[in-house]
Amino acid sequence: MEGLPILSLMMLVPLAGALACLFAGANAARWIALGATLVTFALGIVLWSNYEIGGAQWQFTEKADLFAGFSYALGIDGIALLLIMLSVFLMPVCILASWDSIEKRVGEYMAAFLFMEVLMIGTFAAQDLFLFYVFFEAGLIPMYLIIGVWGGDNRIYASYKFFLYTLLGSVLMLIAMFWMVAEAGTSDIPTLMQYDFPAEAQTWLWLAFFASFAVKVPMWPLHTWLPDAHVQAPTAGSVILAGVLLKLGGYGFIRFSLPMFPEASAQFAWLVFVLSMVAVVYTSLVALVQADMKKLIAYSSVAHMAIVTVGLFAFNVQGLEGAMIIMLSHGLVSGALFLCVGVIYDRLHTREIARYGGLAINMPYYALFFLLFTMASIGLPGTSGFVGEFLALAGIYQTSSLVALISTTGIILGAAYMLYLYRRVAFGGQVNEDAAAMSDITAREWVMMAPIAAAVMWMGVYPESFLAPMRADIAVLDARLAAAAPASDAQLAPGTPRAEAANAVTHDSAAEEGAH
Amino acid sequence: MDFAPSFALIAPELLLIGAGLALLLVAAWGGDKAARPMAIAAAAALFGAGFLLVPGLHLGADGPATLAFGGLIKVDSFALFAKALIYLAAIGALMVAPAFFTSAAAGTERVMRAEYPVLVVFATVGMSIMVSANDFMSLYLGLELNSLSAYVLAAILRKDTRSGEAGLKYFVLGALASGILLYGMSLLYGFTGGTSFTAVRAGLSGELAYGPLFGVIFVLAGLAFKISAVPFHMWTPDVYEGAPTPVTAFFATAPKVAAVALTARVVFEVFGAQIAAWQQIVMFTALASIIFGALGAIGQENLKRLLAYSSINNIGFILLGLAVANQAGASAMLVYLFIYVAMSLGSFVALLMLRDDEGALFETFADIRGLSVTRPAIAWALLLFMFSLAGIPPLLGFYSKFVVFQATVEAGLIAFGAIAIAASVIGAFYYIKFVKVMFFDEPAGVVTGKSETGHWALLGLTALIISPLGYLLTPSLSDLADKAAASLFLAV
Repeated sequence: MEGLPILSLMMLVPLAGALACLFAGANAARWIALGATLVTFALGIVLWSNYEIGGAQWQFTEKADLFAGFSYALGIDGIALLLIMLSVFLMPVCILASWDSIEKRVGEYMAAFLFMEVLMIGTFAAQDLFLFYVFFEAGLIPMYLIIGVWGGDNRIYASYKFFLYTLLGSVLMLIAMFWMVAEAGTSDIPTLMQYDFPAEAQTWLWLAFFASFAVKVPMWPLHTWLPDAHVQAPTAGSVILAGVLLKLGGYGFIRFSLPMFPEASAQFAWLVFVLSMVAVVYTSLVALVQADMKKLIAYSSVAHMAIVTVGLFAFNVQGLEGAMIIMLSHGLVSGALFLCVGVIYDRLHTREIARYGGLAINMPYYALFFLLFTMASIGLPGTSGFVGEFLALAGIYQTSSLVALISTTGIILGAAYMLYLYRRVAFGGQVNEDAAAMSDITAREWVMMAPIAAAVMWMGVYPESFLAPMRADIAVLDARLAAAAPASDAQLAPGTPRAEAANAVTHDSAAEEGAH
Repeated sequence: MDFAPSFALIAPELLLIGAGLALLLVAAWGGDKAARPMAIAAAAALFGAGFLLVPGLHLGADGPATLAFGGLIKVDSFALFAKALIYLAAIGALMVAPAFFTSAAAGTERVMRAEYPVLVVFATVGMSIMVSANDFMSLYLGLELNSLSAYVLAAILRKDTRSGEAGLKYFVLGALASGILLYGMSLLYGFTGGTSFTAVRAGLSGELAYGPLFGVIFVLAGLAFKISAVPFHMWTPDVYEGAPTPVTAFFATAPKVAAVALTARVVFEVFGAQIAAWQQIVMFTALASIIFGALGAIGQENLKRLLAYSSINNIGFILLGLAVANQAGASAMLVYLFIYVAMSLGSFVALLMLRDDEGALFETFADIRGLSVTRPAIAWALLLFMFSLAGIPPLLGFYSKFVVFQATVEAGLIAFGAIAIAASVIGAFYYIKFVKVMFFDEPAGVVTGKSETGHWALLGLTALIISPLGYLLTPSLSDLADKAAASLFLAV
């Protein structure tokens, strides 16, 4: 594999596919898009299998001085690898999910998704600060079009809100980037990750980056664009939004905020904690009362991402690993939940929970998948959600038991709103005739759901496959953060260890007794 | 005095003057029938003149060898860069004109007047002189040659009241601005005793007294009018709306480049010793242009008025580079100018191509509803231009903002840059409205007419430049801009 620019190739394939889709007819565009995403996924598997665990920190690096002011530099570590895998894995599913439900302007739709894929891979693989910004920001254009052209009734409001919110967040980050590059003299991300910025400058830089990532994640109270965008976007748009775009925010924290500004991160950790705690409790409660399925899942995303941010700012290995696993798991699970909504939306054209009921009777396989993803969202052991939430909460417990306590309520509340949703949709009597007449999932929908279900179980039962590639990178990050880590409130006082095990039989005394 | 080197330096202008005079004769005898071949000949002359610039641009030109006519004219890299841009923009304005003037869009006359190419050529000569002026006298000559041609161009549709109104407004306000500029120049002359840039600069060194300060302010106010920077921008929407669209495309590009380049030369070469005196003025103007250009555009329904506000907004970003007051800022400003010309030319061409079946131009948002269904190619091109104007990557418009803000931050004006970039989000609102109307709304049901090849070629070329492929141009573009900016600072 030496010398093959596989990352560029992974971006080139969907790019070529996108251009072809623009000029192709509806049916041809569907097949081109599916082909392109599958080829990219295959390349992704090649990428993963060639990734050397324990090898160099940055692998598959490419560099070309094509532009003035910044360079075309790509390369991945374990964290980026997993997020790229998540993107390329979800992409064919998105294309399949839009197979029949998108009827107008199919070519342009597929092209927008393929452009999206190029930009997502680029964002995770960029090793130049400005190249990252270009990819990060460019995603606004296809997403704006996806929501605006193919979205629901209130799509225009949602698309404006999405665009302007995210744009305002990221332009301030750009200013901070200019300052950093002027200060450090390079726009190379690995170098900047080791550069020590002056502590007082870090405060401002951290805030500027926070403005961008907090909107992307999204953190309360900047999350209001998310329910609107999710509800109005077509199914596949929601999948990609929840599955990958939200992860850009988390990735931003883990790649930029934490390693580049460790002191400021520690200084602002409580800001993040407070916002996250509010988000966990508040958005979970909001989710509980939603009548619209998509909105419910959108609010649950905010709550889950809040646990991600809590884990990230725990400043220890468990927290960071847990945050990464939640991101991957949430990418799969919330994506799958949106697919589940999409499946019944395609049949009945409503997202209102009350219009369904008793689907377990007429759609047993659907109910099975839906149940699995519901459980994974709650964090049932054996599913991916458990691993991530357990690690993240274990991580934060070392830093602050209060934050851990409040964040854990998210799991209970999560169980409440998800089970309540599931009960109303799948269980109970068949109150609506049209809902009772719906047919079970088709072969296409099987193909969409089954791989995600398999991945969720895999991550739940054997998370080592996903933890191994990033272990070294998390360790490097943890070492970088160690000096700045905030004091823990646990007040652990190590006692003197016993000389022998607690259940050891005291032979001496027995011997003495026997002697008597 | 040996004039041969001087004439050699102004060879492009001589070529254009010769071409302009010859075309004038052709117009006198050939009449309006000859207009189309004349436009082609004028474009060829501009192209030839541009070709003459290439060696200088390539090698870079600085030092005393660039002075002509005893220091009245200075043909350095900076002038060459600006001239090249001006000629390209003028060629664009000539290419799109014939199809417009012979269609119903041009009102009842339906004929292209033979004066059009002649006036474009003379205006270009004027701009050429402006950007290479090294003396307030040559500056004013160039400025007036350009302005007088422009007033007539704005009013060239003689039977169209809006065109006449635009010409009149432009003339009255332009004359006022020229008066302000002249007054400032006379103050500077009175206090420093010279009209040449070097003499005035020498006279302005040391502490600035109130008298020459007024001179500086009046000169800047006059120039701000010419570049339509806030608070001297009021004429722009009216003139842009009323003038025939090819003329508007011309106004939005070539004279802007000339006036900005002239302003840069004046502030650096003449007021270079008094940076503190003008920097805050330019900073205020830049911020005000960005904010008012964005806010003013929000309520607009007329597309040309909207683009007028957009050009005010863009001038704000260009002035941001000027406000930085160093070489990196000047270079960033030139890069921005190049990209701005491509974007504006492209958007105006796209507007010119949108006609209903009777040939009348689309003017309002209501006309372009659902354009992505009826004319997908133009709609996609306009989408690129609008996102590019909004500065969204990966389009080249982002790069122009990138260089300007980078220069701002590197010069330490961080708060200033942060406010400006936050204000740019307001601008994004109406650019995405353009996209919304074309892509999200249902088609208006208007049949659209055909467009000619010249338009398609220009649209395709400008779209290609601002597409991500345009980033491949950036190394050579920034190299040229750096050379040009360096020559501007050599005198300092």
